[in-house]
Amino acid sequence: MSMLEKSVKYVDERLGAASFARTALRKVFPDHWSFLLGEIALFCLVVLIFTGVFLTFFYTPDARLLTYEGAYAPLRGQEISAAYESTLRLSFEVRAGLIMRQTHHWAALVFVAAIVIHLCRVFFTGAFRRPRELNWVIGVVLLLLAMAEGLTGYSLPDDLLSGIGLRIVNAVVLAIPVVGTWIASLLFGGEFPAPDIISRLFVFHVMLLPALLLGLVGLHIAILVLQKHTQFPGPGRTERNVVGKRLWPEQTFKSVALLLFTTAVLAGMGGLAQINPVWQYGPYEPFNVTSPAQPDWYIGFLDGALRLAGPWRFQVFGYEISELFWPAIVVPGIAFGILTLWPWLERRLTKDRAEHHLLDRPRDAPMRTAIGAAGLWMFFVMFLEGGNDIFGVLLDVSVESITRVLQVAFVVGPVAIGAATYFICRSLKTSQLHPARANAGLSLRRTAAGGYETTPLDPTPDGHADETRPAAPVPASEGRPSAP
Amino acid sequence: MDDGQRRDRAGGELTGEQRRAERRIAVALAVTTLCGIALFVVYFRGGQTQVEGTLFAAAFLSLGYAVAVWAEKLLDAREVSEDRHELTSGPAGRQALEDALGEEAGPVLRHPRRSFLVKLLAAAGGALGLALFLPVLSLGPAPGRTLFETGWRKGKKVVDENGKAVAFDELPDDGYLTVFPEGEVGRSDSQALLIKVPRGTLRLPADRLAAVPGGTHVAYSKICTHAGCPVGLYRAQTRSLICPCHQSQFDVLNGCKPYFGPAAEPLPQLPLSVDSEGNLVAEGDFFAPVGPSFWNRGRKP
Repeated sequence: MSMLEKSVKYVDERLGAASFARTALRKVFPDHWSFLLGEIALFCLVVLIFTGVFLTFFYTPDARLLTYEGAYAPLRGQEISAAYESTLRLSFEVRAGLIMRQTHHWAALVFVAAIVIHLCRVFFTGAFRRPRELNWVIGVVLLLLAMAEGLTGYSLPDDLLSGIGLRIVNAVVLAIPVVGTWIASLLFGGEFPAPDIISRLFVFHVMLLPALLLGLVGLHIAILVLQKHTQFPGPGRTERNVVGKRLWPEQTFKSVALLLFTTAVLAGMGGLAQINPVWQYGPYEPFNVTSPAQPDWYIGFLDGALRLAGPWRFQVFGYEISELFWPAIVVPGIAFGILTLWPWLERRLTKDRAEHHLLDRPRDAPMRTAIGAAGLWMFFVMFLEGGNDIFGVLLDVSVESITRVLQVAFVVGPVAIGAATYFICRSLKTSQLHPARANAGLSLRRTAAGGYETTPLDPTPDGHADETRPAAPVPASEGRPSAP
Repeated sequence: MDDGQRRDRAGGELTGEQRRAERRIAVALAVTTLCGIALFVVYFRGGQTQVEGTLFAAAFLSLGYAVAVWAEKLLDAREVSEDRHELTSGPAGRQALEDALGEEAGPVLRHPRRSFLVKLLAAAGGALGLALFLPVLSLGPAPGRTLFETGWRKGKKVVDENGKAVAFDELPDDGYLTVFPEGEVGRSDSQALLIKVPRGTLRLPADRLAAVPGGTHVAYSKICTHAGCPVGLYRAQTRSLICPCHQSQFDVLNGCKPYFGPAAEPLPQLPLSVDSEGNLVAEGDFFAPVGPSFWNRGRKP
């Protein structure tokens, strides 16, 4: 008996898993590059777990002060927290510690980026439509959890930059109407800066949030398997089937290759590209500040919203509504509210309650694409404003003018971008042309009924028309030459 | 074993293209192996972050390349179509589940709405649920007065970051200094900026101006009223304080009122005077609660 035969027999006789495993391995997944975005996020998570576990072996979640006597000379003799000291030791004295720390940080940035791009893919192709609404909501929650993981993670080293970040988070919590004062006191363990916050962030970062994150990732994938993947329209592809490659061997090999490529990029960046050099910022002192100060990219839009907003504070019956309430609570609340409820909001607009397993191209749903583009624009403007001090220096323009321009862009831009997107989508939908590729011309055919029909030719990669691969036929009535 | 026999076993059915792919995979796997060995050497010679990064990247890249070429050329890949099955269990299936949950689960669950037990169960669950939430209150003290008070009291000496008392004649013109109450250097809510401005330039109400020794030494809270960052940048030409976090700008001569950016409230002023030794002392706490807004800020307990 071969080794394979023996192991299959052993497992099957004990678990009866052979026929189930065979079905699972023969499961079909459609092929498209954009379906790999979610996988990249998943593989970043794998890298995050491995590097993160290594980091926990060295990190000390403790705000108690000690005198630094480690390898980094400029800080020797200074009173710093045990958390900051352990981060420095991990970076300078633990062999392979710095590459692990930097790879972890890069992986976190790419993780959130991959989630966001994956979300855009799902949004603009309409993959969230029935029956996938629940998985869409799980995906939005995963994005929020990933952002929270990032925020709690980069606050752990207790350096000056992260301390300022926490100070702002504290102010945002204080701005929650009615209960903000209490929540801030409970969450931070008293008036800022209370020493307990570091150990609490650690519990959130390595226990509570990862448990939720991993549980929901499991659910996200389980639902995907149960419902089968969506696919783009094409020859032989219908709402009732799924055309693609099997899990074993093709998809497994491809996914393993993608896992290895992702790890290669992250490890390369972790070794070669410096990130978050906490020793340059110095330890957190509540009366010191660095400038310019930017959070990690996925928090940038929130920081930008804070800079973009006006001084809108007022009192109601002697109670105060903070100027932070609008940009830090109302705006993200509305944005993530719309995002979460989008499958139901779109159903209201389109009255489309049918199941969809074939994907749209963005042009196929002009209204959805327009709203998505407007939303992305607002996100982008907030993100830019988060770096207004950097752009001020780079462009030699005053921060005030940048803020004013972006305030206008935030209000006017979405309407302009939305309208432009809508009309571009509509014209692409009627012309059936590819927005980037050259127009390959139309093929004109006599139909059996005696009329004519036209079909746009799909250009081959070298730009010539390929008559063997006609795109979706246009109904004869819409073709330009109409037959008598 | 001769050459021909081996080819029969491993590569008898390989096309020319597949043989070339096999060679590419072999080279890639060799690179991975070499990188792995090199990582050993680097690690045991003390480690070097950039070299480690390069070797890790090269190792994973070559291994990934090997797997990708394998997937592309050496698998029996074909596009197949699989039918989607109905997701729903149908009305009968749903009815069976409802029966299992209700009808077949005993007399009370058959008609839960009519049962007082179910209502009591909800009440019990609610009470216990709220009680289980109580330990959360141990996470922090009641906010109480903490946000309204700082370390400043009448008669507290003004000291610098090193705990040294600040003399009235110490600051140069347009000089500024971060100060704390004596014995509480570094205390976050008590940090203040002492700024020397030319006499007669301050535009303050009379009672506030009386708390500025010599009409020149004015002190404001250093915590931004917007999001709590230290307002660390002083621009002497315009006599303005700028918060580096969100660029709120405060007019020092006009009571530190914000004139650009998201901050809505002035930086609270710290009342000062000069003691018999010529050192600056506080005349009391700040004129208003320091730091960012909070719900009950207008209602001191």
